[in-house]
Amino acid sequence: MEKFVKITSTAVPLPIEDIDTDQIIPARFLKATTRDGFGDNLFRDWRYDNQNSPKADFVLNNPNYSGQILVAGKNFGCGSSREHAAWAIADYGFKVVISSFFADIFKGNALNNGLLPVQVSDAFLAVVLEHIFADRNTQLEVDLETQTVTIAGTAISEKFEINQYKKTCLINGYDDIDYLLALRDKIEAYEKTSKYLSLVGLNQEQEIEA
Amino acid sequence: MASDKKTLFQKIWDAHVVTSIEDGPDVLYIDRHLIHEVTSPQAFAGLEKRGIGVFRPQNVLATADHNVPTKDQHLPIAEPLSRFQVDKLTENCAKFGIELYGLGHPFQGIVHVIGPELGVTLPGMTIVCGDSHTSTHGAFGTIAFGIGTSEVEQVMATQCLMQSKPKTMRINIEGELANGVLSKDIILYIISKLTMGGATGYFVEYAGSAIRSLSMEARMTICNMSIEMGARGGLIAPDDITYEYIKGRDFAPKGDKFEEAVAYWRTLFTDEGATFDVELTYDAADITPMITYGTNPGMGIKITENIPTVADLKEESGKASFEKSLAYMGFNAGDTLIDKPINYVFIGSCTNSRIEDLRLVADFVKGKRKAPNVNAMIVPGSKQVEKQAIAEGLDVILKEAGFELREPGCSACLGMNEDKVPKGEYCISTSNRNFEGRQGPGARTLLASPLTAAATAISGRITDVRELLNA
Ligand code: SF4
Repeated sequence: MEKFVKITSTAVPLPIEDIDTDQIIPARFLKATTRDGFGDNLFRDWRYDNQNSPKADFVLNNPNYSGQILVAGKNFGCGSSREHAAWAIADYGFKVVISSFFADIFKGNALNNGLLPVQVSDAFLAVVLEHIFADRNTQLEVDLETQTVTIAGTAISEKFEINQYKKTCLINGYDDIDYLLALRDKIEAYEKTSKYLSLVGLNQEQEIEA
Repeated sequence: MASDKKTLFQKIWDAHVVTSIEDGPDVLYIDRHLIHEVTSPQAFAGLEKRGIGVFRPQNVLATADHNVPTKDQHLPIAEPLSRFQVDKLTENCAKFGIELYGLGHPFQGIVHVIGPELGVTLPGMTIVCGDSHTSTHGAFGTIAFGIGTSEVEQVMATQCLMQSKPKTMRINIEGELANGVLSKDIILYIISKLTMGGATGYFVEYAGSAIRSLSMEARMTICNMSIEMGARGGLIAPDDITYEYIKGRDFAPKGDKFEEAVAYWRTLFTDEGATFDVELTYDAADITPMITYGTNPGMGIKITENIPTVADLKEESGKASFEKSLAYMGFNAGDTLIDKPINYVFIGSCTNSRIEDLRLVADFVKGKRKAPNVNAMIVPGSKQVEKQAIAEGLDVILKEAGFELREPGCSACLGMNEDKVPKGEYCISTSNRNFEGRQGPGARTLLASPLTAAATAISGRITDVRELLNA
């Protein structure tokens, strides 16, 4: 995973609430067996009409807005657990999503892919959007080290929360599997004590004895 | 001190913590990992890249459901991408030593339908799957939740998952349900109260006399939709109804082991005096048949109520989304949905495709005929459900009523196969999501119970089933 430290970029505003992962990447595009190329179909049905022509009124088709930061309405990423949503956003080129609320599974999926979900207050989100709409060149600074997001050139800033373990992973580019693989002895020891595994005969010790 | 009092959730969670990371998540042991064709290929590819295998293949179970056609399942899948994905699953399962109930297997079906019906799902377990409706299994008093593909890879590699402990919520439904009101109505009612993100960060326990009186299948419908209010999962304490359901199923413990298991399961309940972060109570008598009017499952109303107006919204910031949603659905604020013509009815999905759902619908439509404008599809959740339905003659009743009985799969729940609702058309669906385009690009979904769906199929218009039941 790529290391994440600090990003300064213009942002793309998408102030719609409850954006679900079916909108981020519709199910019919989930047939791939690799992680690549999902960005092409990011927000597919909002972005293109049935003739596959770009819809002029959708923000990703608006040349005024670009950047590595997506600023979206409350409860972003709800619905289906498809990690393809995080892949699509990252593949398109975003590194950060700012919203005033994230759905749980999406948040985890994003973090597992080096895409930083930044949860801010409703009031701060409104101010950020106001600035972007007033000036599309508005730059946002997202600093993971200090856990702050700032509107560049202003004193308008807010701190955001992130699990300290996840923060360390992102800054160092580690992933959970590296960590867990090192715990093998503990996992095997746990298995010997598991009530469930012994009830259904999946207990590893039993298998060895058998 | 109340600290030694534990909730059901805490008991199961604590029993699965392998170790805890300081300032970080717990390492949770996963008893069962269910996989399907859509969210697993990249995880298998990840293992190969790392040069490792599946740590405990015997704890993993696979089926093909999301992508499969629901017609002519004996033939090769026509759509090349779907076929490729299903073939990839077969190949990966063979390579990594995982049991697969693929197309043609008598146990094949929607992953959340087959787990319980095979007795794989048991109280006190942890179950994960790369699918958000894994919460279904919570009906057995199980910690079950959906995960992303990176986490699928994590569990394959180590049988463990890094998880921060969620907050807990208990929702009590007390009293008796009225005639014509199903567990689907209970959960649509709850979600309409909590809204779509209202339980985000929580694990929910459903309790109360109305919940305890439900069958296992009805309980599964409730737990299934926990995710639609953002909850990590939902669960219900196991009881005699649970043990009775499990007894004798293929994978369930047998004989003395079963007795030993039941003795353990009887310890799985929330202690008197244990505290929840949030506790809510609703009166079962206030629940009526429900229906959604918008593009998320929280946008539900009693079927006789009018669509709300902007003035009814709790937060000003939701106005744009609300208006966008009504524009997509082609509805006006303040309108009633009753008597609205409907051309598509879909009965199926992991929410309502079990044998009880099929029985209920067959019983209701027996001797009736669907309205000529309606295209009514009913898709069993699994091969076993299909077999049982045929054994009971439900297929004949449904056919005579003009319903098309398909072969098992996710089908029109998510429009990944050819079962789609055309653009602009309304569909009453027993599934769990009414998102824009969920049932096909431009399709307009209204979520409701199997009885409401069946009543609407018969009249061709949105119908309050109670009128037909009490007539
Ligand atoms: S039926 Fe629908 S909700 Fe259930 S597993 Fe399949 S796609 Fe997901």
